[in-house]
Amino acid sequence: MPKTFVEKLMSRKANRNVSAGTIVSIEPDYVMSHDNAAAISNTFKKIGVNKVKYPGRIVIILDHEVPAPKESSAINHKEIRKFVEEQGIDNFYDINQGICHQVFIEEGFAMPGKVIVGSDSHTTTYGALGAFSAGIGRSEVAAIWATGELWFQVPETMKIIINGTIPKHITPKDIILYIIGQIRSDGADYKAVEFTGETIGYMDIGERMVLTNMAAEMGAKNGYIPPDHITFDFIRGRAKDEFEPLYSDEGANFYRVLEFNISGISPSVAKPHTVDNYAPIEDVAGTKIDQALIGTCTNGRLADLEAAAKILKGRKVKARTIIIPASLTIYKQALQKGWVETFIDAGAMVLNPGCGPCLGAHQGVMAPGEVTFSTANRNFKGRMGCREAEIYLGSPLSVAASAVTGEITHPGRFL
Amino acid sequence: MITTFTGTVWKYGDNIDTDVIFPGKYTYQKMEPEEMAKHALEDLDPDFVNKVNDGDILVAGKNFGMGSSREQAAVAVKYAGIRVIIAKSFSRIYFRNAINAGMPAIKSPEAVDAIENGDKVTIDMKKGKIITPKGTFPFPPYPQTVMDILNNDGLINYIKAKIENG
Repeated sequence: MPKTFVEKLMSRKANRNVSAGTIVSIEPDYVMSHDNAAAISNTFKKIGVNKVKYPGRIVIILDHEVPAPKESSAINHKEIRKFVEEQGIDNFYDINQGICHQVFIEEGFAMPGKVIVGSDSHTTTYGALGAFSAGIGRSEVAAIWATGELWFQVPETMKIIINGTIPKHITPKDIILYIIGQIRSDGADYKAVEFTGETIGYMDIGERMVLTNMAAEMGAKNGYIPPDHITFDFIRGRAKDEFEPLYSDEGANFYRVLEFNISGISPSVAKPHTVDNYAPIEDVAGTKIDQALIGTCTNGRLADLEAAAKILKGRKVKARTIIIPASLTIYKQALQKGWVETFIDAGAMVLNPGCGPCLGAHQGVMAPGEVTFSTANRNFKGRMGCREAEIYLGSPLSVAASAVTGEITHPGRFL
Repeated sequence: MITTFTGTVWKYGDNIDTDVIFPGKYTYQKMEPEEMAKHALEDLDPDFVNKVNDGDILVAGKNFGMGSSREQAAVAVKYAGIRVIIAKSFSRIYFRNAINAGMPAIKSPEAVDAIENGDKVTIDMKKGKIITPKGTFPFPPYPQTVMDILNNDGLINYIKAKIENG
């Protein structure tokens, strides 16, 4: 019987023929965690085993509160460093490296045909490289550290076909916000999502990561993009391990197949307080903003900083503008290209690689009544530390244009 | 061993996300479950923790727990006193986190429509029944793996028991 990518991968890992709906216990190839590794190590100790089962499969990348904004975060980091040392975990990246999902991919842990889990909902990102990757809870990570395995229900797959040439001023972020606006935030609950279509072929890995990152915002278990020559070029010389790509069979059974043509779309905005609260930018243009945020695991990559630099070059920002490269590597590249200077001259703040204010812990928390326009992936009430504040989401082009005018602005005005 | 619960209902709407259940600003503060419980539903209903009693039942609309993978969103609700959550649907990570915390998460859109805030509701886990003032609603029983986790009061105790029993 023809099978989907995820059915084939779960069958291979479980060593038996399984299809959607079956519960399997399998050993993930990698398990990622970040600052929450401190809490996970405490849970791990409660299980009563002394040593993690497979230290080589554990990846820990500190990014959520870096550098530590308060004593309790510093203690967390300290405990993690001690745990990593005791357990012989080599794949440890300290507070200076960048956002976990970006670093994980740059370092070559994400590979086609691998099963990867992580204690972060945007673990879905690694599917841009043809892996199955899903967010799990902290206890589940502790359980994998102890036993090497975890239970999964093999998900049904929703296929999303994206066709059309990418219009001027449009980025993958606009495309995915537009799609989430149609599918809604629960449209892919429990489902695997497979992105295909001609438009994907125009996207590099960084752009594809925007789609799989945001798959979490439609409720998906994972987001997968079939690997092609762009994927293989990216991981050549980077892959940590041997890998074997997998693809859905011709005639496989999909839960739903949705097709979108993006040729005519406008820059997209998600209005407060849900990611599926879609509007074309024209509908919200003129909304005053206090703060602009360009960065995060969704849009802190080189192409995103380039987009921001294109608009900010020779201009001054009116809104408080925070720019955060997603990794140290990206930061250095942006520096070499002169974009950091462009940002500083425009009056923006360039912060160290990390999650920044996206989850409301530090580095740009909001006050009641304020509005932030952000390139992040979530705009829930209270997300940026204040429940009486509002968050709009958009592309780096749209956010940079709006930073200049101090109100939500179509990027075409400056391009 | 989980069998039957009766409790008073606290009912909320659709798309309750993890940031209003347990705000992100607390997620990297190390807290014991009892401390987490003080922040349960803080940005949805700040008074919830003062009103809720041990053994109460949380009822919500569709996509309960969407957003972050933070497990505290399940643990905080459980330690605030909620014994079981009934929703029209759950986000997948929240569903897993609830089960792994030893708190049943039951999907029943029909029961949610019938239940009103403040109702007394009984849930029979063995028979798969939700008994409300407006009628009884069946739900499919959990697979054995999930029941085993719930019966051990969560994943960690389940794994512990498994390791101890070889």
